[in-house]
Amino acid sequence: MHVPDGFIDAPVSLAAGVAAAGAVAVSLRGARRELDERAAPLAGLVAAFIFAVQMLNFPVAAGTSGHLLGGALAAILVGPYTGVLCVSVVLLMQGVLFADGGLTALGVNVMNMAVVTVVVAYAVFRGLLKLLPDTRRSVTVAAFAGALLSVPGAAFTFTLLYALGGTTDVPLGKVFTAMVGVHVLIGIGEAVITAATVGAVLAVRPDLVHGARGLAAPLKLRVGGELVDAPASAPAALPATARSTKPVWVTGLITALVLAGFVSFYASTSPDGLEKVAADKGIDQNVKEHASADSPLADYSVKDVDDARLSGGLAGVIGVGATVAVGTGIFWTVRRRRAQDLTAASTASTAV
Amino acid sequence: MGAGHAHKLYRHGHSPIHALPPHCKLAAAFAFVLVVVSTPREAVWAFGLYAVLIAAVAAAARIPAGFLLRRLLIEVPFVAFAVLMPFVAQGERVEVLGLSLSVSGLWGAWNVLAKGTLGVAASVLLASTTELRALLLGLQRLKLPPLLVQIASFMIRYGDVITDELRRMSIARRSRGFEASGIRHWGVLAKTAGALFIRSYERGERVHLAMVSRGYAGSMPVIDEAVATRAQWAYAAVLPAAALAVCLMGWTL
Amino acid sequence: MTPSPAAPAAPASLEVSGLAYAYPDGHQALFGVDLTVGQGERVALLGPNGAGKTTLVLHLNGILGGGVGTVKVAGLPVEKRNFAEIRRRVGIVFQDPDDQLFMPTVREDVAFGPAAAGMRGAELETRVREALEQVGMEAFADRPPHHLSFGQRRRVAVATVLAMRPEILVLDEPSSNLDPASRRELADILRSLDVTVLMVTHDLPYALELCPRAVILSEGVIAADGRTQDLMCDEELMRAHRLELPFGFDPRTPSLARPSH
Repeated sequence: MHVPDGFIDAPVSLAAGVAAAGAVAVSLRGARRELDERAAPLAGLVAAFIFAVQMLNFPVAAGTSGHLLGGALAAILVGPYTGVLCVSVVLLMQGVLFADGGLTALGVNVMNMAVVTVVVAYAVFRGLLKLLPDTRRSVTVAAFAGALLSVPGAAFTFTLLYALGGTTDVPLGKVFTAMVGVHVLIGIGEAVITAATVGAVLAVRPDLVHGARGLAAPLKLRVGGELVDAPASAPAALPATARSTKPVWVTGLITALVLAGFVSFYASTSPDGLEKVAADKGIDQNVKEHASADSPLADYSVKDVDDARLSGGLAGVIGVGATVAVGTGIFWTVRRRRAQDLTAASTASTAV
Repeated sequence: MGAGHAHKLYRHGHSPIHALPPHCKLAAAFAFVLVVVSTPREAVWAFGLYAVLIAAVAAAARIPAGFLLRRLLIEVPFVAFAVLMPFVAQGERVEVLGLSLSVSGLWGAWNVLAKGTLGVAASVLLASTTELRALLLGLQRLKLPPLLVQIASFMIRYGDVITDELRRMSIARRSRGFEASGIRHWGVLAKTAGALFIRSYERGERVHLAMVSRGYAGSMPVIDEAVATRAQWAYAAVLPAAALAVCLMGWTL
Repeated sequence: MTPSPAAPAAPASLEVSGLAYAYPDGHQALFGVDLTVGQGERVALLGPNGAGKTTLVLHLNGILGGGVGTVKVAGLPVEKRNFAEIRRRVGIVFQDPDDQLFMPTVREDVAFGPAAAGMRGAELETRVREALEQVGMEAFADRPPHHLSFGQRRRVAVATVLAMRPEILVLDEPSSNLDPASRRELADILRSLDVTVLMVTHDLPYALELCPRAVILSEGVIAADGRTQDLMCDEELMRAHRLELPFGFDPRTPSLARPSH
């Protein structure tokens, strides 16, 4: 999804740049709060992690593969602010060093792939955590949903920016179906890997995901082989973990609902004849773009394109269905939320 | 990707372009691309002139054409996208070799191809004449927030280390007869990612400890100062200024 | 507990008393550590895995804290208001040089500590050059650390700490992952330095070679303190704390330099 120079016109690129700069500025402040002075080394290492993880190509279907965007993963593992920073830095380095994504399109790319993925994923994640029971499985499920929606969310924003500043008049509906359809499929891959990664981290270092650590037991001294209570010292202040995330998750929920609504709308308009071929080709292209974003020299064989068309068709069906299901699920839970408000508040403070 | 590629990006040399301070080059490349993007697509000759400008810079930097062209291949996915545009776009249609193509689609394809290629070429020139380290210093001088520069430099510094860990895990997987070939293997990839995250995070914590042990308190000490003279700025400004002249002509002619 | 040697008249480089600490997850690692290291001493800190060695080390410059007990470095208590000075005085060389070398070039890495303390310009350059000369790495100043061999990285890691002119040098497993030649070179460097050294190690021959005095940390307390050779010859003590000498190694070998106290 790395947008090159010239794809979006200059005014919209600049506007996106300003918006991205604003988002990064907010994240810088937030990351300081999330990580304190550990922000630089930890965020840097997590950025290196995302950079490396983007090399993990996962087979999607019939010979095509996608790779993680990583926004959802970063948001859930290190928090939204640091997540935005990490992905933004990865994009910045890709743009400046590898010419992957245009310099003037940096703002567009940061908005799509860093800000939107992180906000959508984190909002859905936190929103679901408030509603689901406080178990490890819930965290994984919430991570799955967050990642699933984050990728089409980015595709949706791309379409929006394209509508504002696209330099060609490909009909918006086609861009939208192609982008969102394919990215829902990629979103499923992203979701599975994100959820499983979060699950794997939860199993080994739960503190890295939750941020909530066990309470300190009173200190003991070993005197002549016997344990005795140590004189009490000032209790170490536990890190304040509860933050107001309401705005974030409300925004994300609205995005998700709008997204789900749009996707279901487009699901019913089946394209005809020539249009369908073209749209399928567009889809092929998008899948291909992802498969080869890391290795532009990867063989670009006809067989792959054929297979990709197949998977593209599949993408629409599975993707739309999944998005509608998740969207409906969220809608349903929102209606239940009022009743659960009290319990939700208490689970949220432990499940950061 | 990964910083492993980083060594190949930079092409060592002693040209005047190599000698320019990094922030001048960054600013020049950015301004150039911005000008290119703002040029009306109908001014076909203007893009030809831009290409000549890029070629001149490459010649001044003694970057061989083959090197530059090979790096341009990163654009291939979007080239393919551009090729599809004439088929997909709406509006007036023309017959070319028996195919019905959209006029606006053709213009769109040309627009994306020309601007995208020039943008990639500018980035490639920047990366091949500027060392990684210098690029980071340049970003710092251009007032990129220090925390962002720090994150980027840690990412570059540890890109190799993390990529190596990933490679070792992959070798370990394959030694036990594993190949990722379908959806049922996503779980294994995810566990790899999970393990890699834990390793990365724990290394981040250890690096932080090592930094704090040497007196780090949230901001990087200034060790190297990159300073640009007025003459260097003027020299770097030649490229975007020339491009701007072309662009203005493109709008007026 | 074996009695500690009498503290020297000069303020001890390191005084730890009654130190206890539990991690935030509730796991308690230190149960009242008392340790005094005199100026110029070279002391080996031995102990089985999980004895709390690293936890103790991280208390020496205030990275961990908040438990009970006190740590003083050259008379200065390790407290928040002294952290800048304490971190200059206590130089910790971590086990993995990749953790320690985080800057893009060797020179910048060595300069990091002094520069963080406010040093600039020619003074900083001199300091960096001297530190690199002490470890024989002056020719590699402009190389990125990750392009060096492991042994070279370990030596640069020592230089990053020496550049801060520490009162006490703390080394975590200095000989791990080194080939025999690098191991010997590092030993030569460490012997040539005129600072107090606290060396955490599992490498008992290395401890015997470099450190006249050794302490055993076991189950979060100092279980033994004495001449390295004496401790190593006490088979029962060694076995009780899961310390094993390598096959064929005899700590009674007379060819070893006599420890000088």
